[in-house]
Amino acid sequence: MRWIASPWALRRAGIAGMNWRNAELIAEQNPRRFYPRVDDKLLTKKLAQAAGIAVPELYAEVRTNHDAADMREILQTLDDFVIKPAHGAGGEGVTVVVGRSGEMFRKASGALIGEDALTHHVSNILSGMYSLGGRPDTAMIEQRVIFDPLFERITHQGVPDIRTVVYRGVPIMAMVRLPTRLADGKANLHQGAVGAGVDIGSGTLMTGIWQNAPTEHHPDTHNRIAGLQIPQWERLLELAARCYELTGLGYLGVDVVLDAYRGPLMLELNARPGLSIQLANRAGLRTRVGTVDSDAPHGAPAPARVAFAMDAFRSAATA
Amino acid sequence: MRLHVWLLALSLVALGLGMAWYKHSALGFPLTAQATTDTWIVEARLGFVPVGGAVKAELMLPEDPPGYRVLEENFISRGYGVAVERIDGQRTAVWTQRRPSGRQALFYRATMLPQEMQREAEAESPAPPPVPEYEEPYLQAVNSVLDEVRSRSADVATFASMLMQMLASPEGNDNIRLMLEGKRSDVDKVATAIHMLAGARIPARMVRGITLEDGARDLQPSTWLEVHNGSRWVPINPANGNTGYPDNFVKWWKSEADPARVTRAREVNVRFASKRSQLDAMEALSEGTQTGTSGFVEFSLLNLPVQTQNLYRILLLVPLGVLLIVVLRNVVGVKTFGTFMPVLIAISFRETQLIGGVVLFTIVTALGLSVRFYLERLKLLLVPRLAAVVVVVILLIAMLSVLSYQLRLPTGLSVSLFPIVILAMTIERMSIVWEEHGPGESLRQGLGSLLVAVAAYLLMFQSNMEHLMLVFPELLLVVLAIVLLLGRYTGYRLTELVRFRNMESD
Repeated sequence: MRWIASPWALRRAGIAGMNWRNAELIAEQNPRRFYPRVDDKLLTKKLAQAAGIAVPELYAEVRTNHDAADMREILQTLDDFVIKPAHGAGGEGVTVVVGRSGEMFRKASGALIGEDALTHHVSNILSGMYSLGGRPDTAMIEQRVIFDPLFERITHQGVPDIRTVVYRGVPIMAMVRLPTRLADGKANLHQGAVGAGVDIGSGTLMTGIWQNAPTEHHPDTHNRIAGLQIPQWERLLELAARCYELTGLGYLGVDVVLDAYRGPLMLELNARPGLSIQLANRAGLRTRVGTVDSDAPHGAPAPARVAFAMDAFRSAATA
Repeated sequence: MRLHVWLLALSLVALGLGMAWYKHSALGFPLTAQATTDTWIVEARLGFVPVGGAVKAELMLPEDPPGYRVLEENFISRGYGVAVERIDGQRTAVWTQRRPSGRQALFYRATMLPQEMQREAEAESPAPPPVPEYEEPYLQAVNSVLDEVRSRSADVATFASMLMQMLASPEGNDNIRLMLEGKRSDVDKVATAIHMLAGARIPARMVRGITLEDGARDLQPSTWLEVHNGSRWVPINPANGNTGYPDNFVKWWKSEADPARVTRAREVNVRFASKRSQLDAMEALSEGTQTGTSGFVEFSLLNLPVQTQNLYRILLLVPLGVLLIVVLRNVVGVKTFGTFMPVLIAISFRETQLIGGVVLFTIVTALGLSVRFYLERLKLLLVPRLAAVVVVVILLIAMLSVLSYQLRLPTGLSVSLFPIVILAMTIERMSIVWEEHGPGESLRQGLGSLLVAVAAYLLMFQSNMEHLMLVFPELLLVVLAIVLLLGRYTGYRLTELVRFRNMESD
């Protein structure tokens, strides 16, 4: 294993660097005025619902500390739910409650948490602890996704999600993020989740990456990752592609979860999707961006763009 | 767009470097704070013994000597009234006292800075002198010498130079010997030359001055001939007819007479002394300002009140720290808490010194973090919790100051400027990262911030940097240009080369 790569080799491999992403993808493709559509998850959800894009159901929104005092009332009828900040980033401030145990709530990790702790968590969210720049925020209480048993064998608690990068309406790269014990049930690569590339052409998982090293198996369950087929793949890609029209952002990260009953649900959008997806796919974003720029059917409806992507970015192994 | 940025950056670099170079080479702004300039301290001592009654002593003074700039002049004379006057076109110091007794000594002392030879300011070209009425046998001698010189010279300067050469070595030329009449001193030779040059209607004058020597106590004034060639005065050495003054020559007065005249006194004598001296280059520059040299000096930061200057000393360094952050973040890819927080930490290190600052930063952050973890259990709201951390941080610093004073450590006392609120924010951010990403990531980012702060400190407070930026603030344009260029840098970061090391195409 080499310790460092030469910049020319990375350039040949079509790898996008942070500076290039910021200058050529985000600055060029994402007009600032559309950012609230993705940064405010509440707004994203409402826009998506209006456009008929499937999302987890919103139970309640908490805007003031006064509302937070009524948490008991809000939570009365709920057994499992997710509390998240509307302006959170990187999955921070998300608490997943999977059930009750007497007076206490049980978190996804199995730890018990009292109602006062939940209320405190909500007031932390409201005071802006998890929002960019510490601005006052809104807390969302929404449906917990009962995830499809598909990923059960290769995940440790939490909700595994599928991140698709959509460039100018064309899904160009995708990966599955599998929570691990290390990641405390969260699906972020830099927090210790496993990332596995997905073949855009078929929806088949490829070798995963964990802690910056390739892995064939999930570190906790030891089950094999590569080769797993994601159901309703084309529908999922279409869901992701339609988020382009929803936001007007040319470089977009779409996080989708597979609900056991409702199928693919759009969980959240990201206007600055990271670059580790390249590691998970062992492929460069820059090459695919070039392909889209020159060959893609710009302005075509989502199904046509998906068809183009599935054809253009089909992995050689599954072709 | 790319070209636009490049052109802008290039012109900024050219402007910044050009101005700095001009200020350094033409105006003598020193590149280093320790730079010293060789200066000369020249002293004239006028001694005499009064014979009774009021005394008026006149001493001729140098005026804009070519090749030197007079930085400072002092008149040392106890009990005398002193005035600088112009007598017969000659700058003169006039000392007066009603009733001096005993041997008297009056001093004139000047600090002179050697500088590029510059043309002497002269009001107007003098009128050609009238031809003197030479008597025989001098008339014939003069004419024959002038004819001989004229036939061998091209212009006024060579004419005078040739004549001076003949006067310098009169042996073998009867006409010259006749004119000198056996007088051999330079003063007499120059006087004779002026007398003879008048025959050719060439304006000429005698110049007296001293040749500077380090540590010399009794310098003899030397005599020079100056002839006017129509546009300027050309100096000619009476010993060999060479033109131009030697390096260490200071032109003092322009007449045949003695430099001093004292009424009601005897044993009048003037003695010249000189010694080499080192003057701080910056001092020489600002001394020169008072005599008025250049708008560049007047409109520089050096003319601000000292307190304001001290503020700018630090302020002008901030862009350097910021530039370092840009490089470290966008080219290297280091993560820090807060974008420019390390620069502020680095500035605070200036007060505490590096080691003390790092120790203090570490102690305060560590203690603050533990307090922050305790506060976490109280489930406070964000802003009150931040406020609590600020209060605790100030208390911690106060305690450390008291403690270090008791232990006789100087560092703890100099924390007044330590950015307390910045520290509190750092602690808050660290604790959040600690909870969200684990202690490893938190410590890594904390350490990264500290290292960047240390690097920024080393760059910003490098011995000469403060001086360089204060004297050449236009260098900020160069910094700006680099920042602009880095703003268009879309290449890989150093850390990405490591991160994607296994991604090279097969």
